[in-house]
Order: sequence, then structure tokens, then C-alpha cells
Amino acid sequence: MNTIVDILASAGLWAAVLRIATPLILGTLGAVLSERSGVLNLGIEGIMTFGAMVGWLAVFNGADLWTGLFVAALGGAVFGALHAVLTVTLGLSQHVSGLGVTLFASSFAYYVFRLMVPVSGSPPTIEPFQPIDIPGLSDLPFIGPAFFTQTAPTYLAIALALLLAYVLAKTPLGLAVRMAGENPHAAEAQGVNPMVMRYGAVIAGSALMGVGGAFLTLSAFNSFFPTMVQGRGWICIALVVFATWRPERALFGALLFAFFDGFQLRLQTALDGAVPYQIFLMIPYILSIAALAVMARRARVPQALMQPYRRGER
Amino acid sequence: MRFERREHRPTALVIATPLIAVAAALGIAGILIALAGAPVLEAYWKILVGAFGSKLSITETLTRATPLILTGLAAAVAFRANLWNIGGEGQFYLGAIATAAVGAHLTAGLPGFVQMPILMASGAVAGMILLLLPLWLRLRFSVDEVVTTLLLNFVAILFVSMLIDTVLKDPMAFGWPQSEAVERVARLPKLVDRSRLHIGLLVAVAFAFIVHFIQSRTTFGLRSRAAGLNARGAVFAGVPLARTLVLVAMLSGGLAGLAGSIEVLGVKGYVTTDLSPGYGYSGIVVAMLANLHPIGVVLAALFTAVMFVGADGMSRSLGIPTYIADVTVALSLISMLVAVFFTQYRVRR
Amino acid sequence: MRETVLEISGVSKRFGDTLANDDISLTLGKGEVVALLGENGAGKTTLMSILFGHYVPDTGSVAVNGEVLAPGKPRAAIRAGVGMVHQHFSLAPNLTVLENVMTGTESLFSLASDTKSARRKLADIAERFGLAVNPDARVGDLSVGEQQRVEILKALYNDAKILVLDEPTAVLTGPEAEKLFVTLKEMAAQGLSLIFISHKLDEVMAAADRVVVLRGGRQVAERKASETSKAELAELMVGRKVERPVREPATPGPVVLEAVGITVRVDGVDRLKSVDFTLHAGEVLGIIGVSGNGQATLAALLSGTVKRASGDLVLFGRGVGDLTVAEAISEGIGRVPEDRNGEGAIGEMAIWENAVLERISDYSRHGLVQRGAAINFASQIIEAFDVRGGTPTSRTRLLSGGNMQKLILGRNLIEHPKILLAAQPARGLDEGAVAAVHERILEARRAGTAVLLISEDLDEVMALADRIQAIVGGRLSPPVAAENANTQMLGLMMAGEWTENADAV
Repeated sequence: MNTIVDILASAGLWAAVLRIATPLILGTLGAVLSERSGVLNLGIEGIMTFGAMVGWLAVFNGADLWTGLFVAALGGAVFGALHAVLTVTLGLSQHVSGLGVTLFASSFAYYVFRLMVPVSGSPPTIEPFQPIDIPGLSDLPFIGPAFFTQTAPTYLAIALALLLAYVLAKTPLGLAVRMAGENPHAAEAQGVNPMVMRYGAVIAGSALMGVGGAFLTLSAFNSFFPTMVQGRGWICIALVVFATWRPERALFGALLFAFFDGFQLRLQTALDGAVPYQIFLMIPYILSIAALAVMARRARVPQALMQPYRRGER
Repeated sequence: MRFERREHRPTALVIATPLIAVAAALGIAGILIALAGAPVLEAYWKILVGAFGSKLSITETLTRATPLILTGLAAAVAFRANLWNIGGEGQFYLGAIATAAVGAHLTAGLPGFVQMPILMASGAVAGMILLLLPLWLRLRFSVDEVVTTLLLNFVAILFVSMLIDTVLKDPMAFGWPQSEAVERVARLPKLVDRSRLHIGLLVAVAFAFIVHFIQSRTTFGLRSRAAGLNARGAVFAGVPLARTLVLVAMLSGGLAGLAGSIEVLGVKGYVTTDLSPGYGYSGIVVAMLANLHPIGVVLAALFTAVMFVGADGMSRSLGIPTYIADVTVALSLISMLVAVFFTQYRVRR
Repeated sequence: MRETVLEISGVSKRFGDTLANDDISLTLGKGEVVALLGENGAGKTTLMSILFGHYVPDTGSVAVNGEVLAPGKPRAAIRAGVGMVHQHFSLAPNLTVLENVMTGTESLFSLASDTKSARRKLADIAERFGLAVNPDARVGDLSVGEQQRVEILKALYNDAKILVLDEPTAVLTGPEAEKLFVTLKEMAAQGLSLIFISHKLDEVMAAADRVVVLRGGRQVAERKASETSKAELAELMVGRKVERPVREPATPGPVVLEAVGITVRVDGVDRLKSVDFTLHAGEVLGIIGVSGNGQATLAALLSGTVKRASGDLVLFGRGVGDLTVAEAISEGIGRVPEDRNGEGAIGEMAIWENAVLERISDYSRHGLVQRGAAINFASQIIEAFDVRGGTPTSRTRLLSGGNMQKLILGRNLIEHPKILLAAQPARGLDEGAVAAVHERILEARRAGTAVLLISEDLDEVMALADRIQAIVGGRLSPPVAAENANTQMLGLMMAGEWTENADAV
């Protein structure tokens, strides 16, 4: 019992929560945007992998960190465009196309990485984002180290969540995207081209996923290795359901999820091998499944999610 | 420009579809090879040589194809019934570890011909169980099984990792995390001496024919196809939807579990966490390339195995990363999707 | 002479082998109401889709106020002041009324929606035309009539001066439809111009100034409403006169099916509320009602696909509890579902597979399908029921709607069922196929089959049924004898106006 209290009272836990949450926030936002327009993007796992690789590679080759993030966004957008061609223009199964994009994006990422970075004993590293000291706030006891010693992309992710929540709920563009995901025929009838909305949402969403992946290599760690995304993309897809397709709840869901993850990491250390570490590592995936089971029937799914739209076909 | 559904699908086109898709994938992969500065045709030649160049390489290719046939069948039977089992990888590992556990602790000492079917069955059952859980979540809570089967892959592999770290750890393995082994007598006989090729290949091909028979001749096959094509229509016609899906899940999960079991019994004898280089995921590609046809799965698995085995050799001599095989296989999935689309639709202005 | 606001000239459109529109020209004057009359498949909806920019015509053009619209651009039509009210509403049930109305009305680049002025404008329009609706309600929570109001408001919000309504009364009850036509006349009086698409002669005569008749993609006539008659329009619309069969008098046999106080709950909602009916051998019991009032559940009850919450189902004098599909079939209930493509047949499967799927245990041995016998059965149906356009092994999707319906009827009637459930059996079929389907139903009646006919087509029910009950909000009216019924009375029943035990027969 004391162990648990100690963990909860450590500023390190709360700092870790924000750090763990960042790629999940970005990935979930990307998936929310895409799904709100009616397109499930299971390319997310591969797109995050590619973003992690290409962002890191850019920085490794001398670009600055922000350029690295931008390159990751661009890379994500390219694979998003591929997914959009397959699912929006051709109207193919969003499940299978997404898996195809994941397999392609991740294997392509490994291929490029191996090609550009020769095998060596220890993986090459870059200088990652450093925590930002916010004058005044960072010096507060407990609160400071817990919440105000993050790297810049973490603050960016939180800001993006609020921005996306505003855009979807309060702007004509957001309404047009939602209409494309609820009833593309209605959108078309009112002069909004649902195909354009879906393309835009899938591509922009994939860019966010790419940035989410790049956070891993440019901030959380400093190197790239295959399989490092570790199913975070799939967890994001589950978080979308948990968040009932709302960006502000996605932010909350990702933080809640990261809290459990950060907590188990520390508990694992505290218990020191009394319980196999694999049990702790399973927790995020099991939590995701549990979240799906709880929320699947309650949520108001976008009505046209996974339904291809072809003009003139009902 | 718009797409119009074709009334009739030209048979020749349907048969040619996978070939066109593979050609397109190889074409794009060729560009990637060229960009890496290697001679493209030579690279393809080396892949062929690597896969078929010697007796050893041929047996190696067939050894690789064996689990792919089974995971490909697992995906194909599920997809046909509209059950999106993306959990082949986890079911493979669970089947493998069940085989090792039962072999090391329960059946040890029995004659080989008794052990083999028991061990394969235990692997299949483990795979079934892992797929029945997400199916239950779908039927009970309407949870999309795509995401749950994907997530369960990670859980299953961690579970296996835990077992071979603890209760099933082989004490003789110098601290390496690997499971206890099944007895020599229980291992599958070799098809070719001094190679890794084992009779699991024949088992896998036999299952392709069995699945084909089930799908084309049995009432269950007809019902599961009806359920996959139009669930509402199937229910109206009295197809017991839940029961049919449970049977499909048992067949699908069982095949993926069997793949893991056979890999243990035929190749390694024990389980490590790198037993599968993604056989479960590649099985999805195999199934799609085969257009979900069980006999086609055998050919598609062979193609995939050729890419993986051939790319190893090509990589050694030309310095192109072996990941080019994964890239090509992934590309062939995407181009297959597009190719199938154009057998169903034509472009109209 | 009215000022011309819309001119469609020489429009043709071909889909594959069918010419959906063949050189159609049409004008609409300011403040005028024009009805576009035609059967299913006459080309009405295609023409309106071209007008609205959903389709690009092969030849011809659309001009509003003398300016030719860019083809295939819904936005151009909206800008020119054309508004469309779709038959299947183009609404998003998860969004609010205001959101549905506002979509596409503001620049996508503006940083915030101006909901305040949108709300005001919507309230103004609603008041002007008497179309009140709560702007913050979720559309999915509204009644069908309210949803149609939203659909009309949407068009008016876009400053539509020309309003096109596609089968606007298809989902409305009699009184709701009458109210709608009052609104439409008010709109015309205020200077809007309207086209409405219909195949119902009564409402065309009642509401339109002018009637344009389409048949087989061609414009066959144009009449002033004051200078024509229902009889003339009917003949123009159908072309050749197809005689629909009418039942001959008969004495019904014993009771075969009795429903006593049955309630059925689907997803927490009572879709059937304590309904009673009896069905005799050799009679047709017609259930009329506007769609969405529980017909689907009533059909599902007899099909064996839903469970009762309370009440008893008595079959041949025995209580049967909840029917399963297998029991329904083995008890001799033939089932023709409302949704041919969604329930009645699996399009991608072969005709023989659809023929035997529901009685697959009769065509399998040791778990194996007896393919030869099944194909033989399918051939018999094709032969006996004149199913054209396919062989037993061809894909069912390739059949036309009428032939698919013959296949479904055939697989049931060939087994001489004791009871036949026919839900909207003639919906969407052309006149020839309707007559064929009706003849088959009457043939079954002659052979002693008890038929439960669920339909929203009054003419159909009056021609076929011996007794008629109305279904409204999940409740069934007491039955009336067809001899004593007339259109007006049935219209009132469909609106829920009946007295319990009035003249039960």
C-alpha cells in the first residue's frame, strides 16, 4: 500500500504520464479526424513507424528537430494519401487497405533505415528535444517537475487536441468533415464534396500519426529500432472508441491510459521481479480491449464510418 | 470519371489478377532496388537463385511456405465469413507454446505417433481459444474484432515470453529464454534428409484441400459463406449466425494454432519469441493474394516464401536490406486489392 | 404567361444498356407547381438528379433564369436557387437540425460558424412557411414528418426559389400528406416554383397546376391538371393497359393462425404493442400502414427472426411460443420479406444456393450439400414461375427485381405452404411484374393458403385482401371486410383513427 502511495506522490510519475501520453494523443487525434470523416485508418501503426524512422533520419542527417517533425508529418501524409486513394477513390475495404498500408509503411521504413544506416554494434543516436523550463511554473514544488518540464512536442500535442476539438465542433470546415462521415450523400447534396473532405481528413490525420511516431525517436528516445512502435497505433484505434470520437476526450483518454502505463512501470520497479514483467507489459493492451468492450455500444459511431461513397450509388 | 460495376467478371481476368498484382509489386520494388543503386534484374535473379538455386534452398523455401499456408488458410476461412481475424500471429505463438508445454509435461514418454496428433491438436485448441475471446466480445458487446485480435497478438506474445522465462524455461539453455523442448520421437519426420523440410508441408497442403472441400461441399461451408456475404439475409434463411461464426473461428484459430504447433514439431522443437518472422501477418497477405481461395493459398504462400528466402541470399550478395521482401509482399497485397477492384468495376467517363 | 424560371432542354442519359432519359424537355414557371408523374423506372429520379447536378447528362442542358448550369455540379444548382427534398432524406441523424441545415452554407475557410445569425434565419423561414422545428434537436430523435420539414427547411435556407420534391408523401400518413400540400401551395403562392415527383394520381390531381408524364425514360404527355382526369393520367403513365387481377369471392376455411395480445420489443422499444389478428385458410388478410409503423417486426414475428415479449402465437390450434426460422419453414410458413436484396436473397450467391438455403437440411446428407438435387429444385422454380435472366448456377444479383421476386415467391409456393407471409411483395416492380406477383398470391389463396399481405399500397390491398387491418405505431386496428372499405376510410385507419371493435369481421 505504501508503495502505491509513494508512486502516486512522485513527480516523476506525473512527468512520465505526459511523456507516455504524447504519441498516443497525436495518434488518437489523427485517427479521430480520419474516422470523423468516415474513414477508418488502420495504417496508423505503420505510419507511426515510418514517422519515427523518417523524422529521426532527417535529424540524423543534420536537420534540426522541428524539421524532423515536419518531415515525419510529410511522410505520414504521403501514406495517408495512399490510404485515401484506396479507400476513398476506389472505395476498397478500409480494414484490408489499412493493414496493407501498415505492412507497407513499416517494412518500407525498415528498408530505408537499413539502407541509410549501416549495421553497427550500438544504434546511432541523435540529440533529442530537451525539456523546456517555463519560468515560474517549472520552479513550483511538485507541480513544476511533474507538469512543466516536458519537451515542446508534448505541449504541441495538447494544444493540437484543443485546436482539433474547436475545429470539429465550431467551424464550417469541421461541420463539413463530420457531415462527410455521417452522411456523404447529404454533404454532396449541400455542395460539400465528401471525397475532398475525406481526403483532407485522412491525409491530415496521417500527418498527425507521423508526428506521433516521431515523438518516440526525437523526444522519448534518441534512436530508431524496428518494432519500436509496439502496437501504440492499435491502442490509439481503441482510444478513439473510448473517446467516443471527440478530440477533447481523446486527450483525456490518452492521459488516463498513460497514467496506468506509467504507474505499472514504476510498480514493476518497486516490486522488483516479484511478478513477471510481462504481466505489466500486457496491461496496456488488456486495458484497451476492456475500454472497447465498455464503450462499443454506448458510443455514437459516425454513421458512414467504413462505408465507401460513390457518387450516384446508394 | 466514375466506376461502374461489371455485370460479368471475365474468368481470364480473375485468374490473371494475382499475377498482375505480383508483377506490379515486383515492378515497384524494382524501383526501390534501383534507387538503392543495385542492378534490378540481377537482384531478381539472385532472389530466384536464393529460393530455387540448390536442393537446400528449395527445401528451405518449402519449409518457409509451410506455416504460411496454414496462417493463410486461417485468414482466408475467417475473411470469407466476414470475421476479421488479424490475430494469426498471436494464435500461432499460443499454438506453439501449447505444443511445447503439453509435449514437455504431459505426453513425454509416449510413442511418437501418439504424441504427434495430440500435440498438434493442443496447438490448434490454443489457437481456437485465442480467437473465441474476440468473437465473444463481438457477439456480446459489438466490439470490432479487428482491433481486439490485433491487440491480443501482443498479449499472446508477452504471455509466451513470460512462460519461457518462468515455468516453461529450459534449464539447459544457458539462460537463454527458450521453452523446454518436445521429445525427439514426437518431432515431425523429415521429407528430405539433411534439410529442415518436414512432413508438416504435406499436412498443410492436405488442410488446403480439406478447407476447399469444406467450403465448396458442406452445409457449413455454404452457411458460412452466406453469413459472410450478407448476414441479415443469412439469418432470414435460418443460418444460425453465432454458431456458424463460432465454428468459423474454431477453424480459423485452429489453423493458425496448428501452424505454430507444426513449426515447433517440424523445425525447432522448442519455442522462442522469435519463432515467427510475422507468419500471422503474412498469412493475411497470402489469403488476399489467393482471393481467399484455399488452393490459391498454397501458391500465394509459395510466392511469399520465395520472396523471403530469396531476399536473404540476394541481400548477402548485393547488400540490399532483406526488408525488401517484406516491402514486396506488402505491396503485392495493395496491388492485389486494386487489381481485384478492376475485375469488379470498369472505369467510365 | 408566367415568367419561366427553369428550362430543361433535350436531356438524355444512358446507364449501360438502358436509356434512363431520352430527350426530355420541361419548363417551370414562377409560382407554378408541376408534377412529374411516372412509374418506378420511368426516369423521374434520373432527370431530377441531372437537374441537381448529381449526374452529368449525355446531351441536353439545364437553365435557371435563362442561365445554363454547369453540368454535374451540385453547388452550381444550389447557387442558382435549386433545392432538392430527397425521398430518402439526406440528413445526418447524429447531428442537430441546425448543423444539418448549416452544412455547406458558409465558407470552409471561415474561423467560426456564425450560429447566431443562422438560428435567426432558420426561425424566420420556419415562421414564414409554418415549418416549426427545434433547431437544437438531434435529427435522429425527430419523427419522420419533422425530418421532412428539416429537409424542406434546408432547401429554403439555401434561398431556394425552385424546390424539387422526390416522392414527398411516400413516408407520410394521409393527414401529414394533406398538411404538406397546404405548405407547398403556400410556398407557390409566395412565389416559389415547385416540381414534385410522384406516382400517386390523387395527389398529382390535387396539388399540381401542370402534369408531365414520363414512361420508359421518355416524356409521353403534358397536361394541365384542370384539363385532364385520373383515368387519362393512369393510362398515359402505364401505356398499355395491364389488368391487375382481382380476387374472386370465396368462403374462408378454418383458422390456421391466431395472434393474441402479442408485444415484441426490439432494442428496448416496443415495435408491436399487444396485437391481435386471426388468419383463415384460403383468405388474404391485408395489413395496411405507412412504412415504419411496425410492419417489419410483424413480418419478422412470422418469419421466426424475433422473439415475443408477451402474448401468444397459436398455429393450427397449438401455442407455438417463439417461432424459429427452421420451425416457421417446417410448419409450412412461406416467407416473402420486404427487403428482397437485404433479406430475401444473397446477391453474390448462385440462384440454386438462394433457392435452397432456407431448407438446406432437406438438400444435404451427412453435412454435405446435395448439389444436383438443389440445382434441380432451382430449375423447377425457374420453369414453374417464369424466372427470366438466369440459370441455376448464375449469380442472383444479375436478376431484375421482378425476377428475383418470382424466385423468392417460387421457392415458397412450390412447396404449397399453409401460410404465406408477403411483405410489400410488389414494391418497386414494374406493372407487368406486379400483375404476375398478384396472380401468384391469388392462386395460392385459391389453393387454400392463408395469406398475410403487408402493404402500403391501398390499391393492392383492396384488390387482393378479404379483410383489412391497419398498423399504426405498432398497434393493429380491428379488421374490416374489404367489401365495406373505401380509400377514405382506409386512409383514416392508416392515420390511426378507428374505434375498437367497431365493425370487426
